[in-house]
Amino acid sequence: MIGLVSYLVFFLILSLIFGVAVLGLNLQWGFTGLFNAGVAGFTAIGAYTMAILTGPSRDAVFGGFELPFVAGLVGAMIASGISAVIVGLATLKLRHEYLAVATFGIAVTIQLVCLNWEYLTGGTLGLIGIPNPSKAWAEGPLAQNALYLLVVLVVVGLTFAALERIVKSPWGRMLKAIREDEIAASSLGKSPERVRLEAFVLGCMIMGLSGALYVSFIGYVSPWDFLPILTFQIWTMLIVGGSANNRGALLGALIVWGVWTTSGFVISRIVPSEIQAQGGAMQAVLIGFILVVTLLVRPRGLIGEELYVSRHARS
Amino acid sequence: MSGDHALEAVEIIAGYVPDLPILHGVSAHVDAGEVVSMIGPNGAGKSTLVKAIAGLVQISSGTVRLDGRDITGIVAHKLPADGVGYVPQIGNVFATLTIHENLIMGGAPLSKSAALERIEEIYEMYPTLKDKRHDKAGVLSGGQRQILAVARALLTRPRLMLLDEPTAGLSPMAAGAFFDLVRGLAEGGAAVLMVEQNAKAALRVSDRGYVLAEGQNRLEGFAAELLANEEIGEIFLGLRRGAAKPEASV
Amino acid sequence: MILQHIADGILSGAIVSLGAIGLSFTMKLLRFANFSHSELLTWGAYGALVFLAFFASFGGFFDRTIGPFSFGVALLLAMICASVVTSIIALVLHRFVFERLSRTAGHMTMVFASFGVALVLRHLVVLIWGSDPIYYSNALQFAILLPGNVRVMPDQVFLLGLTIIVVIALHLFMTRSRTGIAMRGVAENPDLARVSGVNVDRIITWVWIIGASGAAMGGVLYGMTVQLRPELGFSLILPLFAAAILGGAGSLYGAVLGGLIVGLSENLSVMIIPTTYKPAVPFLLILAILYFRPDGIFGERSR
Repeated sequence: MIGLVSYLVFFLILSLIFGVAVLGLNLQWGFTGLFNAGVAGFTAIGAYTMAILTGPSRDAVFGGFELPFVAGLVGAMIASGISAVIVGLATLKLRHEYLAVATFGIAVTIQLVCLNWEYLTGGTLGLIGIPNPSKAWAEGPLAQNALYLLVVLVVVGLTFAALERIVKSPWGRMLKAIREDEIAASSLGKSPERVRLEAFVLGCMIMGLSGALYVSFIGYVSPWDFLPILTFQIWTMLIVGGSANNRGALLGALIVWGVWTTSGFVISRIVPSEIQAQGGAMQAVLIGFILVVTLLVRPRGLIGEELYVSRHARS
Repeated sequence: MSGDHALEAVEIIAGYVPDLPILHGVSAHVDAGEVVSMIGPNGAGKSTLVKAIAGLVQISSGTVRLDGRDITGIVAHKLPADGVGYVPQIGNVFATLTIHENLIMGGAPLSKSAALERIEEIYEMYPTLKDKRHDKAGVLSGGQRQILAVARALLTRPRLMLLDEPTAGLSPMAAGAFFDLVRGLAEGGAAVLMVEQNAKAALRVSDRGYVLAEGQNRLEGFAAELLANEEIGEIFLGLRRGAAKPEASV
Repeated sequence: MILQHIADGILSGAIVSLGAIGLSFTMKLLRFANFSHSELLTWGAYGALVFLAFFASFGGFFDRTIGPFSFGVALLLAMICASVVTSIIALVLHRFVFERLSRTAGHMTMVFASFGVALVLRHLVVLIWGSDPIYYSNALQFAILLPGNVRVMPDQVFLLGLTIIVVIALHLFMTRSRTGIAMRGVAENPDLARVSGVNVDRIITWVWIIGASGAAMGGVLYGMTVQLRPELGFSLILPLFAAAILGGAGSLYGAVLGGLIVGLSENLSVMIIPTTYKPAVPFLLILAILYFRPDGIFGERSR
């Protein structure tokens, strides 16, 4: 029983951390129509910033400032935000198809930097010993994880509430207007390019936040955690849950991460250990299949956009 | 032929988006050997009508008959073989293909040998095309482009020729020459339905005309009658305000 | 040294060219960026592996290597069969995924779907063949020393020769056959092609067959001159996109030229940046070309 509860806590922590990234992507794609295929890259920037700011100091590697947890989160968001400004200025003028290719390339490049800039990132070994704040306040893994879940819940709650307010604000309506018809939106007075950039940066900051929460929980960061498949997973979560709906984004994260871990568990039980490596491939096939089938059968996801018939869905 | 019109469009309702029709029940007919003009203010639905006949715009209600045969809803690429030629208003030649290749495109429904034979006939009709056969169509002058566009549609010897604003952007001289070509098509036995912005010039070379406004028939008659009809001016002028909305038919 | 980089650049560029032809045309005709196209190279390469075993089992003439090359008739036949299989995969995906979505949803939905399709295709390869590198042949080859101290393998000469033959054959197809001319016409203006009597669906079928066969050949040549691994195609996503975007969507010569530019830039880049950052070069090329033409090549549709 304890085992099940502690597993459930562990599961909820990870899926909610993914949920944060999905919320960020939802702001970009769901509400603004920006195709960001580089989610893994911006998450990685947040994760590494967290590791550098809060991690222990070590020789031959930059950082290790041992700053408090919250400072790490803020720093991660700022670093992701700054990189998003640079990326956004270079790419946001592109059409959807090319924005997807360009942001995909950015994620690949960020991963290369993580892998090779040893002084900053620790190279292939990554950075270890990242403190988890819950360890200072609770005894035992279950209590610590439960406490961290609380932290994550607070962050998710704040992010969710903030995004809900934002999308209902005049600025949020502007996002939708841009998504539907950029030319018409520009007649509303504000420069669509500026608003697109703001939405892109804010979304990437939220992705960075998600990466930061992840490394604090896991305790280390390595380039192998931010492969392009992470981008595809987060996209699948958004599509399955229903884009342009923040509840859908969180639901998608829970469901897709649930499918991922459950299938991983089942595969580890039924597949002989000598071909366990193939087990991960089976999970990826499943996720890809779910994505394609969702698009074909239920393109608006489980809970799609509310009270709004979107031309965007078919443009 | 049993007294059927070459083209008969009955009560056509059609538009680009479902539930948002541009044509609200337009009817028209054209007989073999006749040039008929479709005129009206911007946004009247003239272009939409010819596109619907050519199979590019979905018809939600109504019937199109070609020599009495129902061709409503036939996919666009099968219509040339049935005898429908269509020259769109913009992008009516393949600019990146040579003139010869443009004509080969027009001969898609024919067998290869039949197409090549027909292309030779076309070259005899329009020697300028033959001289430039290996040039890219993109380098042609406006008038030559229109000739090529029509020639491409002529490959399959259409019984019905649909021309969408063929003289838009042409010099008066080139437009005049083009109207001669249009008359020639009709004298060869084809039925010609022509959408024109320049109502007077079009009616002068037409046998009959239709006036559309806001997706509905407003007037019809012999070209000479329409030319003399003062109501036309009112329709054009009176609807100027309404025409401020974007030209949906382009 | 620089000559060797140029030679290597042309050789890896040739593979990119073969893969980019299909990507370029599907980008133009179906108006979506197909992230799963590169997986067709992987499937071509691994597909050939199966047929290679089959044809090699006849032994003798089939199994023997030809001249200085590492392969024999069996691999050539296997490459043809792999092209057929890859074309079938592409057509099945088109029929059941992309075509359907193009009717019911938008272009971007097709891009998401291509993410999913790529995941499935790539990991099926891991499931079936495992993730360890595989080679078609263990036969020894001796490098040919060219002037300027440039070394190339006989197989690499074959790679270049075959690419040139394929490009010439495609050139003749695109300019002489009615289907090829129609393909160019549809790329420029699908509606005008339709009203000219061209069955656009049939042309799209041809585009997939040509694109998938080119990808399969590229994959086999990659497997022949480098190795087979499940990420073979995945690692080529950015080079393929860079080639297609550089060359202009829907252009045969553009894709070929784009592929060569990508291959050359990647290989020459190691003279100025660390080798480990080589995979970022195609991305920088994409950024550069899109910076000067933000609308990309879709923008140049001649209405």
